[in-house]
Amino acid sequence: MSGRRRRLSLGEKLVIAGPYLWISAFFLAPMLLVAKISVSQSVLARPPYRPIFQPSDSLADIWAKAQGFTLDSYRALIGDTLYVESYVSSLTIAAIATLITVIVAYPFALAMARAPERLRPILIGLAAAPFWTSFLIRVYAWIALLKDEGLINNALMALGVISAPLRIYATPVAVIVGIVYSYLPFMLLPLYAALERQDKSLREAAADLGASPAQVFLRVTWPLSREGVIAGSLLVFIPAVGEFVIPDLLGGSETLMIGRTLWNDFFSNHDWPAASAAAIALVALLMVPLLLWERARLKEERVR
Amino acid sequence: MSVAVSFARRATLLVGLVFLYAPIVILAVMSFNASRLVSVWGGFSTKWYAALLENEQLLQSAKISLAAALVSATIATLLGLLAAIALARFGGFRTRMLFFGALHAPLVLPEVVLGLALLTCFVALGVGRGFVTLIIGHVTLTMCFTTVAILAALRDCDPTLEEAAMDLGATPPEAFVRVALPQIAPAIVTAYLLAFTLSLDDLVIASFATGPGATTLPMRIYSQVRLGVSPQINAISTLLLALVAVALGLAAAVSYWRARRK
Repeated sequence: MSGRRRRLSLGEKLVIAGPYLWISAFFLAPMLLVAKISVSQSVLARPPYRPIFQPSDSLADIWAKAQGFTLDSYRALIGDTLYVESYVSSLTIAAIATLITVIVAYPFALAMARAPERLRPILIGLAAAPFWTSFLIRVYAWIALLKDEGLINNALMALGVISAPLRIYATPVAVIVGIVYSYLPFMLLPLYAALERQDKSLREAAADLGASPAQVFLRVTWPLSREGVIAGSLLVFIPAVGEFVIPDLLGGSETLMIGRTLWNDFFSNHDWPAASAAAIALVALLMVPLLLWERARLKEERVR
Repeated sequence: MSVAVSFARRATLLVGLVFLYAPIVILAVMSFNASRLVSVWGGFSTKWYAALLENEQLLQSAKISLAAALVSATIATLLGLLAAIALARFGGFRTRMLFFGALHAPLVLPEVVLGLALLTCFVALGVGRGFVTLIIGHVTLTMCFTTVAILAALRDCDPTLEEAAMDLGATPPEAFVRVALPQIAPAIVTAYLLAFTLSLDDLVIASFATGPGATTLPMRIYSQVRLGVSPQINAISTLLLALVAVALGLAAAVSYWRARRK
């Protein structure tokens, strides 16, 4: 892809007009609106914020209104322990869940990559198939398993492992289980791709030179799969931070996650400037992993 | 390979697959449980499925979800195809980075943020929420996925074939339609199915974008699930899972058959 900039022909403009207008009208403009609302004052009205600019505004109007911008919502965000705790606990839960997903997915992906060649397409299909089924239903399925009188507790009690039910449902642990389960395919596929393309002769060479299987893994297999681990981790971590369905269905009322706090603030409290500021702050928070993802993807694009 | 290693691998695969599929299978089994309780097997029964047919609300929502998925997947696939053509074939036009970024951002933004942005926009414009705004929300979300899927296929097409067609007198649109389009047809189908599934499954964007007249099936399921496990929800979930299983099975059979024919 060259860096040259050129003008588009009329035909090309017609091709691009549809998607360009759509994404501008329904993604870029709404995002700018949210950014704008986040700096306006909260009022008791509908919409519940002070209108900002009108097309008829003169420059002086715009300047006068800009004086009314306020960082109150952001200040309130920092002062609000509910939001601060939500952010911290979202990041913590997402980080722990991502780590566990790597630990669960790695041996599975390795076994897939080393399976006989004719079995591999079937295994990939089986690993990817849950992606096509309803996310909501897969999360819901865990409620029956994790509840106090659920199947896991009943099985463990019947086997005599525990005498009283473990309290998992409605705790952060249940949220982590839900994230690991739901996002496992996102981790499996990049890991598998990284492990499958590794050259077998490298491992054989290391073994011939006297490396133990553990050494072969630590010094050949693992370092060569790092890219897959990073890609998979970002694919799990980024959506997990903003996750709403999993903490809402599996977490307890005290399990705070930012997606859920935002949702509640927006729908029950109607404080739109606060919710908008929280949304912008969430995007800012995700910028570091997002930029990492973007860099990895651009690198891939250049390779193509 | 030693016997122990191969056994460990087989065990790992087995455990992994059980982890992935056991919750779904258990859910399906529970939908045939005559008892309301999760942990008590009250005998085989299809009464929850029969109850589904009586549940007008649920059926109505299923229709809305299906219609929304059909319409939004069609629009999203068209827009995604056009966007992919622009990104793959138009070189470095001005504002390409903005276009590219805007098309990829919704892939990684939390859905709550996108939904909130759409709702504020609808309210600011004074648009009443309903089926149309639901479609707008779903197209905005899914066109990013369709663009990426079609773009990947378009990049794998050999551009010299199209150039050859043009040397032989075809116009660029003709060359595209007759040379590139047949090559990317499978990716377009995949993109459509992806958009369809995402729309059918979406809860978050729909909750923000839709109005009282157009409650989707996931919204209906969600509001019941919040009250706890319900046998009727198990039944409808099983139906949806069975639908996906059949579709995936057909897709696998078709690709197997095509591979064999080659």
